[in-house]
Amino acid sequence: MKIRIRGLRKSFGSNHVLQGIDLDVPQGQSVVVIGGSGSGKSVLLKCILGLIEADAGSILVDGEEVVGASARRLTTLRTKFGMLFQSAALFDSLPVWENVAFGLMAAERTERPEARERAIQTLAKVGLTPAVADQFPSELSGGMKKRVGLARAICTAPEIIFFDEPTTGLDPIMSDVINDLIRTCVSDLGATALSITHDMGSVRKIADRVAMLYDGAIIWEGPVASIEDSGNPYVEQFIRGHADGPIDVGQKVPAGG
Amino acid sequence: MINPLQPIGAALIGITQTAGRISFFAGNAIGNGFLGPFYWRQLWRQMVEIGFYSLPVVGLTAIFTGMVLALQSYTGFSRFEAESAVATIVVLSMVRELGPVLAGLMVAGRVGAAMAAELGTMRVTEQIDALSTLSTDPLRYLVFPRLIAGLVTLPLLVLVANVIGVMGGYLVGVHKLGFGPIEYLNRTFEFLETQDVVSGLAKAAVFGFIIALMGCYHGYHSRGGAQGVGTATTHAVVSASILILTANYFITEAFFSR
Ligand SMILES: Nc1ncnc2c1ncn2[C@@H]1O[C@H](COP(=O)(O)OP(=O)(O)OP(=O)(O)O)[C@@H](O)[C@H]1O
Ligand SMILES: [Mg+2]
Repeated sequence: MKIRIRGLRKSFGSNHVLQGIDLDVPQGQSVVVIGGSGSGKSVLLKCILGLIEADAGSILVDGEEVVGASARRLTTLRTKFGMLFQSAALFDSLPVWENVAFGLMAAERTERPEARERAIQTLAKVGLTPAVADQFPSELSGGMKKRVGLARAICTAPEIIFFDEPTTGLDPIMSDVINDLIRTCVSDLGATALSITHDMGSVRKIADRVAMLYDGAIIWEGPVASIEDSGNPYVEQFIRGHADGPIDVGQKVPAGG
Repeated sequence: MINPLQPIGAALIGITQTAGRISFFAGNAIGNGFLGPFYWRQLWRQMVEIGFYSLPVVGLTAIFTGMVLALQSYTGFSRFEAESAVATIVVLSMVRELGPVLAGLMVAGRVGAAMAAELGTMRVTEQIDALSTLSTDPLRYLVFPRLIAGLVTLPLLVLVANVIGVMGGYLVGVHKLGFGPIEYLNRTFEFLETQDVVSGLAKAAVFGFIIALMGCYHGYHSRGGAQGVGTATTHAVVSASILILTANYFITEAFFSR
């Protein structure tokens, strides 16, 4: 098991976001977490990366504990990780190619000309031309930023890649290109992927296994093929996208009086 | 009943806590920074920002300060026929006090605010988190080069400000107050000692460090979007200015008592 999460809890004040998450991510597979907006999916990823300190529970990455690890251990551990942030989080003081090659230059001490070459190759994989390389993030569209973020996440060919909503803001064709790319990272490069998405088309394309996060816990987990007949009313409602069902969408207005 | 000492105690505890957190932050940044790798590119960028781009602002402040010093000391000292002290007054006030303090305050407004805003924006847009995920220690990459840049660049800037300030005094002294050019310059250097210059530059180094530390600390810990970044910027400038004026007294006292 590449990542093994047990009893993970995280609250922000009285907002109990994660209330005992159990999740396994097998080596070389792609796991997708689905769940409503605000259910804590991004918080879950940040806990695994050690960016948010969990309140309780255990996260083992290759058998090594992340919860409560020292800053130095985390830095070493993170060399295995690539992360695409939901907001892309590009460094806006650096041109696109330096963003993409940042990991190469920082962690692997690659020389700048070579790092630039590799950045341009990676940009091509996400459908961006070399002309973009010298632009600054503020000059890009939302979807382009997302793809640069993706290129940055995969440029060092990390063992474990986290994608926080990789296809939001992309047109259908580009979404498909990105889905294929994520699939390639997993099946051809042997990476382990943990992704978050709302896009069911993307789920069916990139996932080996799917887990659904609801009300602070994983309420269903299984292979992607069984998602259509999960027998779980929450999953049913989510994948059909209906407003009525057991999931509380928080718009019940108290009856007038 | 409210104990009148309670708010004072609470404020004291608050200040102590903040001081502790800031020291811890600085200690961590310096400790991690010396472990390397060192980011020369970042250091250079910050040095240019502090040293070069602050030159116009600091230069203007210095020249007018030098000019006004000459005028004021002339009117003051002419009352007991000591006009000849003008050049000495200008150079000593400039080099020992006004050069470092005014440059410090101007740079706090310019660079301290910019550092807080930049780091604050990086924090709220998750860029600092992104740095961590790319195995780069944000303290080492962002904070350490800024601290070093503040420490080494402000003395250089103050040196320039001193020269410009003395020049301002010279302009007024020679063209308005009727001193001879040679006489004025001789007077300027006659009573100037190495220690005057050194104490001024030591102050500048401390002020540079304070400005960078306050900018980084408040920016790094900003919370909650644009408003949080705004608050961080204000705090950075206000706290740096107060600390500069406070530190100024203690450094002066330390040099004075020798
Ligand atoms: N740094 C933080 N401080 C306080 N609360 C936070 C913080 N980060 C997240 N939260 C809260 O945690 C909850 C889950 O947020 P999260 O970003 O994980 O949602 P999400 O499942 O990723 O939603 P979306 O699909 O819209 O991205 C939200 O209620 C949010 O308010
Ligand atoms: Mg999210």
